[in-house]
Amino acid sequence: MTILDQTAAARPQARHIPDRLDSPLKAGLFSWEMLLVVVAVAIFVANALATPYFLNAWALSDLTFNFVEKGLIALAMALLIISGEIDLSVAAIIALASTMMGLALQWGVGTPGLVLIGLATGLLCGAFNGALVTRLGLPSIVVTIGTMSLFRGIAFIVLGDQAFRGYPESFAFFGQGYVWWVISFELVLFVVMAALFWFLLHRTSFGRTVYVIGNNPVAAAFSGVRVERVKFILFCLTGVMAGLASVLLTSRLGSTRPSIAMGFELEVITMVVLGGVAILGGSGSITGVVLAAIIMGLVTFGLGLLNVPGIVMSIFIGLLLITVIALPIVWRRVREGQAE
Amino acid sequence: MQLLKKLLATAAVTAILVAPAASQEMRIALVVKSLGNSFFDAAHRGAQEAAEEIGDVEVIYTGPTAATAEGQIEIVNSLINQQVDAIAISANDPDALVPALRRAMDRGITVISWDSGVAPEGRQLNLNPSDTALIGETIIKLAADYLPEGGDVAILSASSTATNQNAWIEAAREAIPEKFPDINLVTVVYGDDDSVKSTNEARGLIASYPDLDAIIAPTTVGVVAAAQVVTDMDLIGQINVTGLALPSEFKQFIDNGASQAVALWNPIDLGYSAIQIAHQLSTGEATAEPGATIAIGRVGEITLDDDNNAAMAAPFQFDASNIEEFSQIY
Repeated sequence: MTILDQTAAARPQARHIPDRLDSPLKAGLFSWEMLLVVVAVAIFVANALATPYFLNAWALSDLTFNFVEKGLIALAMALLIISGEIDLSVAAIIALASTMMGLALQWGVGTPGLVLIGLATGLLCGAFNGALVTRLGLPSIVVTIGTMSLFRGIAFIVLGDQAFRGYPESFAFFGQGYVWWVISFELVLFVVMAALFWFLLHRTSFGRTVYVIGNNPVAAAFSGVRVERVKFILFCLTGVMAGLASVLLTSRLGSTRPSIAMGFELEVITMVVLGGVAILGGSGSITGVVLAAIIMGLVTFGLGLLNVPGIVMSIFIGLLLITVIALPIVWRRVREGQAE
Repeated sequence: MQLLKKLLATAAVTAILVAPAASQEMRIALVVKSLGNSFFDAAHRGAQEAAEEIGDVEVIYTGPTAATAEGQIEIVNSLINQQVDAIAISANDPDALVPALRRAMDRGITVISWDSGVAPEGRQLNLNPSDTALIGETIIKLAADYLPEGGDVAILSASSTATNQNAWIEAAREAIPEKFPDINLVTVVYGDDDSVKSTNEARGLIASYPDLDAIIAPTTVGVVAAAQVVTDMDLIGQINVTGLALPSEFKQFIDNGASQAVALWNPIDLGYSAIQIAHQLSTGEATAEPGATIAIGRVGEITLDDDNNAAMAAPFQFDASNIEEFSQIY
């Protein structure tokens, strides 16, 4: 057999490179995504049994508002965390982008301009984070804790205890409008964005480099991957998604206050981790993150319908996170124990 | 997928079976800024008292863990889906809640705000704990009640630019000639809501006006500072300290006699009134329109202004008889 034959024979089958070599549970039914589907269905059924108000088209539509804005950011955050970085400033970016839109409104900017300014502010904030991390080589957790205070601080300086209000009626469509019947614009946008991010991460070479960087940045650099450039792009992407979330949230609230989206960053990261993205980078999937976002929506909305106090709700989400993450590990221990 | 379909079908059938017939009870949601706050727990007590008095009313007491508008919007959305009859909310943001509350009103739910109001387009009625004229009158009355033969009083305020305090003092000045002719307001000094400055100003008042009978401080910082000065200088019984005070912070000065009585908003009455009003608006017994008057049980009645705002009552008085109870609350 000649060398030429060998390469030709190998070509038709693309090689499958597993993200995690240590987990046999990833296979088939025992995949993380399957576990999340089971959890989601269980919570859905539990909700339907527990309250008569749940199985209703409008209720299910309202449910989506509980997770869409955070879910959009979680899509980009998943890529960032897979690459081994993190952005804690996303909620502060929402506040700053919303403040900038409010300022533009005072100058008479119309709806398309407001959206552009929201997205551009997000992009600039993301680029600022990215530059500090990639150019100066600072750890992203430190940089974004800093910019978290910086971005929201600017919003507080501009607004103080005041609020921007009086957004045009056409602007209200993004956060309050419905495309068809109970299908909101926010939900359609989330589905489209989820598909785009799925394609980007799982079907493009850019997506593969994100995994490579997360698994071993040094090896990635020696393989010719422009590590810093990819990371910079990911920070910008996260910023833009935070800007997009800001447009939706500002539109939904119809006003801007500097305290807008307070605490969103932790809920976004909870979604990403619950979705099966390794917090230290290297593995994860968009399907998992989307499922996790839906689970968070199901839990918060279901408990809300039962008028469960918010404190109990946080406890429930904490327990859910720990359970879902611990379950496969416990399962593996048990199986290993049986094997011996 | 088969399993999933089965589960869904089972759930749907069960939900239909379990779904109770629409109950006769009226359900009113009392939405607060955040849970775990004793001020709002006290409002809840008042709300339950009103519910028992009316009968056939269920109070849903709810609120987010952190005091955010986003958290309250999620709660309002879930209340809309539960088809509650009325929502009475103390809002974390007067503007951000407007779209969600408008949606609730579009679905036929009665919406009022209380304690911390919502912009007029987001509610039918807003209940303030009190208003400027009532507060101005009350702070003088607190001193006058214990000066049957009249006397000299001085006011120790917050800063000279504090909008609220200035309005109250102006209202107090207006109330004196007509309602308290024997009371002589000798001066107004400013402690800037700073403990040290307030203490020095109180000492200055006592030195400058040897015949002073009472110090009135319409600020929770000033009133504590003045009472401490009176206690330290052994003037208990000669100078009565009064004003607006938090019962928990001020209890010791009622106990030691430095003060006869102080006042502040009463959260129990607020919760009670919110349920009374929500109930009447929802049944149609009362309508929310400018100039309307609505009776609120044991608290009295309210009159609506041009924006459907109403003041509940004069600040609630705390003295030796009830300070113990309220100091546990807030």
